[in-house]
Amino acid sequence: MKIIYDLPKSLKKVPAHYCPGCGHGIVHRLVAQVVDELNLGKKIIGVAPVGCAVLAYDYWNFDVSEAAHGRALAVATGIKRCLPDNFVFTYQGDGDLASIGLAETIHTANRGENITCVFINNACYGMTGGQMAPTTLLGQKTATTPKGRESEKKEGWPLQISDIIAGLKGVSFVARSSVSNPARVKQTYGYIKQAFGKQIDKKGFSLVEVLSPCPTIWQKTPYKAGRWVEEKMSKVFPLGIIKK
Amino acid sequence: MTGNEAMAESAVRSGCQFYAGYPITPQNELTAYMAKRMPEEKRVFIQAESELAAINMVYGASAVGRRAMTSSSSPGISLKQEGISYLAGSELPAVIINVVRGGPGLGNIASAQSDYFQATRGGGHGDYYTPVLAPAGVQEASELVSCAFDLADFYRTPVLILADAIVGQMMEPVTLKAQSAAKQRGLAKGGRTAHSARKDWALGKKKKKPQNIIRSLFIKEGALEAHNQKLLTKWNKIKSQQQRHSTYKIKDADYLIVAYGSQARIVQAAVDSLRKEKIKVGLFRPISLWPYPVKALKRAAKGVKKILVVEQSLGQMVEDVKLTLATKNIYFMGRAGGGIPQETEIINWIKKNL
Ligand SMILES: Cc1ncc(C[n+]2csc(CCOP(=O)(O)OP(=O)(O)O)c2C)c(N)n1
Ligand code: SF4
Repeated sequence: MKIIYDLPKSLKKVPAHYCPGCGHGIVHRLVAQVVDELNLGKKIIGVAPVGCAVLAYDYWNFDVSEAAHGRALAVATGIKRCLPDNFVFTYQGDGDLASIGLAETIHTANRGENITCVFINNACYGMTGGQMAPTTLLGQKTATTPKGRESEKKEGWPLQISDIIAGLKGVSFVARSSVSNPARVKQTYGYIKQAFGKQIDKKGFSLVEVLSPCPTIWQKTPYKAGRWVEEKMSKVFPLGIIKK
Repeated sequence: MTGNEAMAESAVRSGCQFYAGYPITPQNELTAYMAKRMPEEKRVFIQAESELAAINMVYGASAVGRRAMTSSSSPGISLKQEGISYLAGSELPAVIINVVRGGPGLGNIASAQSDYFQATRGGGHGDYYTPVLAPAGVQEASELVSCAFDLADFYRTPVLILADAIVGQMMEPVTLKAQSAAKQRGLAKGGRTAHSARKDWALGKKKKKPQNIIRSLFIKEGALEAHNQKLLTKWNKIKSQQQRHSTYKIKDADYLIVAYGSQARIVQAAVDSLRKEKIKVGLFRPISLWPYPVKALKRAAKGVKKILVVEQSLGQMVEDVKLTLATKNIYFMGRAGGGIPQETEIINWIKKNL
């Protein structure tokens, strides 16, 4: 019998702690699959965020370092500059990457560090119980925007961080996708593979933003959360390749 | 050489393979020196976007087994504290130099010893300590940097150098230790020294296990407490093995003055003047501020009539002296905000209190 679908070697056979319908688990798997396909198993070093994915090393079967909240790309810079022939990537949420770690994000990208960043945009702070993130949509209710996010003179607009990063010279590849349906999952897989390829070719900083459902905080069923990504989030954060 | 430059060159010669820093006076010469020297040796220098980035870059370099260092001055060290706590929790070696200036807040750029509490009580969040070494001159500054790298690797801990602005800026002749041949060989081969070769916990190494993890998160019930207990064993070992101090004319002393860093140099001059007048006074100079040299201080204080602690602060190390010597005859003289207790003030105090 021919096996056409199996767990990647880089993924451990353990149950995940993520909520049902959460996008983190899917993206973990996609990363592991690309790691296997590109044969990076021995060279790869991941940097985990502070956020729901802090325990990513419980699922991936390769070397991982934690980083303080927002500092993943600084830690990754330290690693990559010391081991330029290893493969280094960070995995970060929107609070981690676009709020507290904004300076590290912009400057790592602007230095053109040969690092890949997998950026999970779930429009909220998942781990701390659903506060506003820089990517929270206008009108979206969160623990800290109980009446919905308001723009002017209040919480400002959803931060288009990937577009800002794409404008920097040191950046080789930026794309945005989602994991709200199987076609989008496949697209995300393709983008991650392309972004990893840029690092292998030593082209500089690459980033894949993934619009990722957070049914728990959004208080939606997994199905409805997926629909919300497609109908609302993808309108504010259009999908596709931003820079190549 | 200035103290700042000597510390930088010593770091290079001690096999420091990674340096990241952010400009701040009075330690800018150190960063500038590393900017020039590290590339010459084919090692990594990065001017980071902030002290936060710098300490976390050091975290990454250390996580892959490299000897890594950052330097700053007081406000910048405050920013690094979260990172230092993470280094301690993750048991990552690193050397952090603080060329202390006046505070609180932006303070000023004059010499000060007002970061003693922060340095010797962990500094960041959580139950931890870092070894703290305080040089009193340029030669000693260079030697302690080398020692700091060894301590950091041996105990898997961040180590702090607490140098005041005077030590950082003063110029003195210095004999630097040669880079050992073995280290140079190691560095030529892609930067791995004998030290990092033994770091089997590091990331990115060939190993039998499928995975190494660098972490300070221990979420399972009881796991963090067990980790903290393990760290406590380490701190206790350091406490018993790494107390450092020096003494000056204490053998027959009736009066003992305790001071560290540049302040100890001033006290030493005062001791010489007082000795000329047949006043029996001596200097006790802690070199390791954590662990505090309690054993030696207890010995030195035996039979002494009065103990004067002199600091460029409003009274920080004096608390450790009081904790060490549960006696009443401990006195304090200190100035803050760039004020420096002068030789004559010290002489006058002793004469008045004979
Ligand atoms: C310095 C610091 N500030 C705040 C926190 C608390 N904290 C933990 S995770 C988090 C936000 C996580 O949100 P995000 O990055 O969007 O990831 P998600 O959990 O949504 O995947 C915050 C604020 C922390 N751990 N450290
Ligand atoms: S809170 Fe949201 S992001 Fe976190 S695990 Fe649950 S669904 Fe995923």
